Amino acid sequence: MALSPEVLAEMYRRMLRIRLFEESAQALKTEGVIPGSIHLSIGQEAEIVGACMAVERRDYMLGNHRSHGHPIGKGAALAPLMAELLGRRTGVNQGKGGSMHLADFSVGSLGESSIVGSGIPVAAGAALAAQLRGEDRVCLCFFGDGASNEGMFHEGLNLAAIWHLPVIYLCENNGYGATTSAREVVAVTDIADRAAGYGIPGEIVDGQDVVAVHEVVTRAVERARRGEGPTLVEAKTYRYDNHAFGLHIENYRTTEEREQWLRRDPIPLLRDRLVADGVLSDDAAKTVEDEARAEVAAAVDFARTSPFPEPAEAFDHLFTVPLPARTAG
Amino acid sequence: MTTTHTPRPSTLLVPEARPAAEPAPASVPLARALGAGLRDAMAADPKVVLLGEDVGRLGGVFRVTDGLQEEFGEARVIDSPLSESGIVGAAIGLAMRGYRPVCEIQFDGFVYPAFDQIVTQLSRLHQRSAGHLRMAVTIRIPYGGGIHAVEHHSESPEAYFAHTPGLRLLTPSTSADAYLLLRQAIACDDPVIFFEPKRRYWERGPLTAPEDPPPPMERARVARPGTDVTLIAYGPTVRTCLDAASAAAADGRSVEVVDLRSLAPLDWPTLADSVRRTGRAVVVHEAVVTAGLGAEIAARLTEECFYHLEAPVGRVGGYHAPYPAARLEQEYLPDLDRVLDAVDRAFRY
Ligand SMILES: Cc1ncc(C[n+]2csc(CCOP(=O)(O)OP(=O)(O)O)c2C)c(N)n1
Ligand SMILES: [Mg+2]
Repeated sequence: MALSPEVLAEMYRRMLRIRLFEESAQALKTEGVIPGSIHLSIGQEAEIVGACMAVERRDYMLGNHRSHGHPIGKGAALAPLMAELLGRRTGVNQGKGGSMHLADFSVGSLGESSIVGSGIPVAAGAALAAQLRGEDRVCLCFFGDGASNEGMFHEGLNLAAIWHLPVIYLCENNGYGATTSAREVVAVTDIADRAAGYGIPGEIVDGQDVVAVHEVVTRAVERARRGEGPTLVEAKTYRYDNHAFGLHIENYRTTEEREQWLRRDPIPLLRDRLVADGVLSDDAAKTVEDEARAEVAAAVDFARTSPFPEPAEAFDHLFTVPLPARTAG
Repeated sequence: MTTTHTPRPSTLLVPEARPAAEPAPASVPLARALGAGLRDAMAADPKVVLLGEDVGRLGGVFRVTDGLQEEFGEARVIDSPLSESGIVGAAIGLAMRGYRPVCEIQFDGFVYPAFDQIVTQLSRLHQRSAGHLRMAVTIRIPYGGGIHAVEHHSESPEAYFAHTPGLRLLTPSTSADAYLLLRQAIACDDPVIFFEPKRRYWERGPLTAPEDPPPPMERARVARPGTDVTLIAYGPTVRTCLDAASAAAADGRSVEVVDLRSLAPLDWPTLADSVRRTGRAVVVHEAVVTAGLGAEIAARLTEECFYHLEAPVGRVGGYHAPYPAARLEQEYLPDLDRVLDAVDRAFRY
């Protein structure tokens, strides 16, 4: 089924938001106003948006350490996300999570964790809740090639499979876990093949092609909504930057490999296609770009001018009913 | 059940645990000292193998294993998948067949996926096999805060392991101890969790300790002698306590600082001796105070030195909240002021 021009334009808009948000995060990190490490999704925007736009706002989503893009892909407002990165009280987690622990419930995100692979069984649980309550909700779970080697991957996929849970396991295979090549540490060439071990479908898709990802994930979502269980989708993609900001090590990838992937930068790829197909005029594309730039700039302003939490707020929300404070002496 | 293990002499003392190669430079960063310890251990014993995420080509995220894969090859410095439970499980299997694996867990919070293997297998296989199996496994964990990272990258999980019988826990605070304790850990036939104070990785010190022969690994060290109060610290808080001792000296107080070095077993004779002399003690660690090592130390010192104590044993440590986002970490970490306040309190009785 062909996508409407509105949906295609929205895909372009969300991909741009992610790219520009990440570029700003990079600049803010360089400036020293973002604490902690950040992992950018630059290069992976198509698989994120293609998958997120195949689900509804009410559907659940789980992310990982490289997850600034996931809530944006699902339509989140940018300002509270940026504020969280800067550790401000106006952030989605009131400045307590920071990058790697964003949880924007307004778009169905159930959160992220810096423990690689930890979201995989949690996604099964969220989907089980939907199933038990008879709700029409699926759960979209993002994780990397590296995460697919953790024990939690096996346990989570097996649970989802035996209980026919409505989960879409979206493996963002960017070829590397930090500096270690998937070719060397994943026993199969295609992670999608691992689906066979759980008796569920495994699909491979070009992660640089937002329309292709959308199509494959839409099929998986339909299957999940029909009660037929989970699907493992492997999107082949690439991250253009370092694994984490400041980890300036590139001896594990070749320049040729990077250049080859840069030629398939998902953003110009989509723009050219939309202009060629007459979906967007050059001017209209330019307008989308200007708007996205303005939105990101506004988010940065909001974040910069927001207050920090007070130190005592570190004790807030530790328990549902506050316990008498026990200090550390 | 038999193993291919060659019996070893006492592993408590490793006389050859002295930097081999060239004459030692006057002072090296703690991380370099660890690298030198790994290198010399690998050169001395072909059964020593390293396993971990990004330890090979990258040389580890903190570069502790830098250059080791080039020198010893991919069969001895193994880039593992993301698989902490797998890394420790595989190390157990290697140890069963006579290897001395050294695992690197990239950051403190990532040890939790491996917790099961450590607690349910590694710690008890020697006893469960009636002494046939030797778990000569070293698990290196960079731990603690102070590097502007988020939770899971700044934690101090040592108490979970101190609670587990069958594990040895070491943590150096100087370059000399980083080298020596790591050599001793690797040579030891028991499982050792080796906690590396990551915010001290770049602090420099001499590579060799002055003592000859070097002290056994379970011996605490009086890092600064004093007469009025004992500060008991380990890993990253030793430096904090030494600074506090200098500051207190200006006020005419003589503060003794004991660096535990070994968290399991604890060196009770050294602790009790110090506290009997000073009559006051404060334990300082980054980990949450509640049910932390300070609780154990305070209880035991109270039992053993009750009539020598002039004041209850004090504790300074992390607050009862998850390690906070980087912006707040200076509030969370025990600093000079909090240590000095606790010292003051000890004089109020
Ligand atoms: C349990 C655990 N082990 C190790 C790490 C350190 N670490 C963070 S991200 C990462 C690589 C993850 O690779 P992958 O799953 O492929 O995701 P990508 O970073 O490529 O998006 C590693 C080793 C971690 N955060 N959690
Ligand atoms: Mg990856």
